[in-house]
Amino acid sequence: MNWLTNFIRPGLRSLVGEQKEVPDNLWQKCPSCENMLFHSELKAAHSVCYHCGHHLKIGVMERLALLFDDGKYEKFPLPNVPADPLKFKDKKKYADRMRDSQNKTKEKDALVIAKGTIGGQDAVVAAFNFDFMGGSMGTAVGEGIVRAAEKAVKHKAALIIIPASGGARMQEGALSLMQMPRTTIAVNMVKAENLPYIVLLTNPTTGGVSASFAMLGDIHLAEPGTTIGFAGRRVIEETVREKLPEDFQTAEYLVDHGMVDAVVARKDQNAEIGKILTLLMDTSQEYVREEKPRKNGKNGNGGKGKKQKGDKKSSNVTRLSIKKGKQKKAKTRTQPEQEQQEQQPKRKSASG
Amino acid sequence: MSQLDFEKPILELESKISELRNVEGDSKVNIAEEITRMQNKVERLLNQTYSKLSPAQKVQVARHQNRPHYVDYVERMIDDYTPLAGDRNFAEDYALPGGLGRFRGQSVVIMGQERGHDTESRLHHNFGMARPEGYRKAQRLMKMADHFQIPIVTLVDTAGAYPGMGAEERGQAEAIAKSIETCLNVGVPIISIILGEGGSGGAIAIATADRVYMLEHSIYSVISPEGCASILWRSADHANEAAAALKLTAQDLYQHKIIDGIIKEPIGGAHRGKKETIDLVANQIEKALKELSPWTPEKIKKERAEKYLAIGRA
Ligand SMILES: [Zn+2]
Repeated sequence: MNWLTNFIRPGLRSLVGEQKEVPDNLWQKCPSCENMLFHSELKAAHSVCYHCGHHLKIGVMERLALLFDDGKYEKFPLPNVPADPLKFKDKKKYADRMRDSQNKTKEKDALVIAKGTIGGQDAVVAAFNFDFMGGSMGTAVGEGIVRAAEKAVKHKAALIIIPASGGARMQEGALSLMQMPRTTIAVNMVKAENLPYIVLLTNPTTGGVSASFAMLGDIHLAEPGTTIGFAGRRVIEETVREKLPEDFQTAEYLVDHGMVDAVVARKDQNAEIGKILTLLMDTSQEYVREEKPRKNGKNGNGGKGKKQKGDKKSSNVTRLSIKKGKQKKAKTRTQPEQEQQEQQPKRKSASG
Repeated sequence: MSQLDFEKPILELESKISELRNVEGDSKVNIAEEITRMQNKVERLLNQTYSKLSPAQKVQVARHQNRPHYVDYVERMIDDYTPLAGDRNFAEDYALPGGLGRFRGQSVVIMGQERGHDTESRLHHNFGMARPEGYRKAQRLMKMADHFQIPIVTLVDTAGAYPGMGAEERGQAEAIAKSIETCLNVGVPIISIILGEGGSGGAIAIATADRVYMLEHSIYSVISPEGCASILWRSADHANEAAAALKLTAQDLYQHKIIDGIIKEPIGGAHRGKKETIDLVANQIEKALKELSPWTPEKIKKERAEKYLAIGRA
């Protein structure tokens, strides 16, 4: 076996843009630690470098399988929208770029909508497909996010959006810019129903995508090393004419600057999001807000909420019980370790 | 910068006219006739030129430094203007001034980007490119308008949000996102006018409105033609082609039902008639406010959301 050819060939392969069906006996280099990565082992590690933990790109379908409980989910088609509204053409026709991406990904556009459970809680996920024109957001993607939000509201499920996008799709001009308010309206529909809206930021999340729904989550989680920002690094360097820090616009940098709640490794995302959703949606607790009962909210054990839906009280009493609830929360917060331990088995039994 | 290449024959005629005006002596009568003749020609040329500007030429006109700016509009159409400063968190942003005032008798909250008119003021206003503080102040002022049930007027004129290190550190993306969200959630009318350049996220942050109008030769785009060309054509030299492909003119946006109307500019563009332009804009704002003022906060929010959801669907 010639290690040299095996080493060079993947490089050539990526140059010609063909990455499918890589034989298991091939290596690739980790872009971070530069160690060699065996493809079969890398796949088993869900494209996370098993030397340094660097998160490489992962296909959107693999990501969904990893995120939902037991890898089970129902996929929904993207809504139909007018194609190529501007009849855009640069060196290549937008219509041709679309056809190429559709052939490559077997998808209609750069978003996949799916429904399933995470940590036992109902969740609708809208995940960007970076392989489809860099995950850029045009009318179809925006409309897909609106559809995902409507599904979340309909099923009283949480909405999880996973951006992986360079920003707006230039080939749709100002129509793609309009997806910023349109997707904001979408996530606000979910918020208005008191359902959780969580953003899982993956590489990259920039431009018009970062400056709309992606920064409006109840909770922002990010994959390690993800680039998150509004303006591109090169544009900023050209404007300010100074070298930017190495970790500028990384997920970790955004945690430090207060824009992201936590960095979560790929393998922990199901458990972490499941835990959060259970904390937010569990109706089996003593205090449950009564005005908007979350019908499908389940606790990790699949138990029913103690409070009855029909349990009507005067507004005065409700207000009292809110106070009581807050006090209770504050108490448990003083014992975070204990709380976590209690939460752990619940989650496991839920995700089976 | 202040001279547009396609206006060259017009500018030459105009300078000849002013030369003739300075001529003294017996031939005054003949000269007066000649001046009238040339002025007619100028008007004809302006009409011809400005009725068929290419998208790339519109980009030039939209960025013309003599177009009326935020400060000009405020001065001419707002009484009792009371500038309000700061996001109550970090700083004041002079790129996005705003405040309270009275528009034709009606209290309004008004805000918009100001590019500045000379080197010093351009630096002071950061060329109209706002930082997160600007968008957070915008949110503050919009919420205040909502609280006191005062309509909001936004005047958009920016190349885009400022791409700087500090702006990123302080959350430019979040500030713009929240500004859009605030626009959508206030229960008072928002009227937005694109004065010159509507540059991407930095523009839509304050232009998510019940009624959006563009001046006849203004532009509104997801990316600058230069930026688009350097990405898709791999060279900014193709900016003119990109300007055409992006469909960024007021006429394009109206055709795609993204904006609600176009405000006609005086012959030869807003830079040839500042006062006239401002008055035409003010008339449109007044008309829109009259139309929206009977609406309840619930209706305003609902119609606004439905309007944006309908964009691009058919
Ligand atoms: Zn590595």
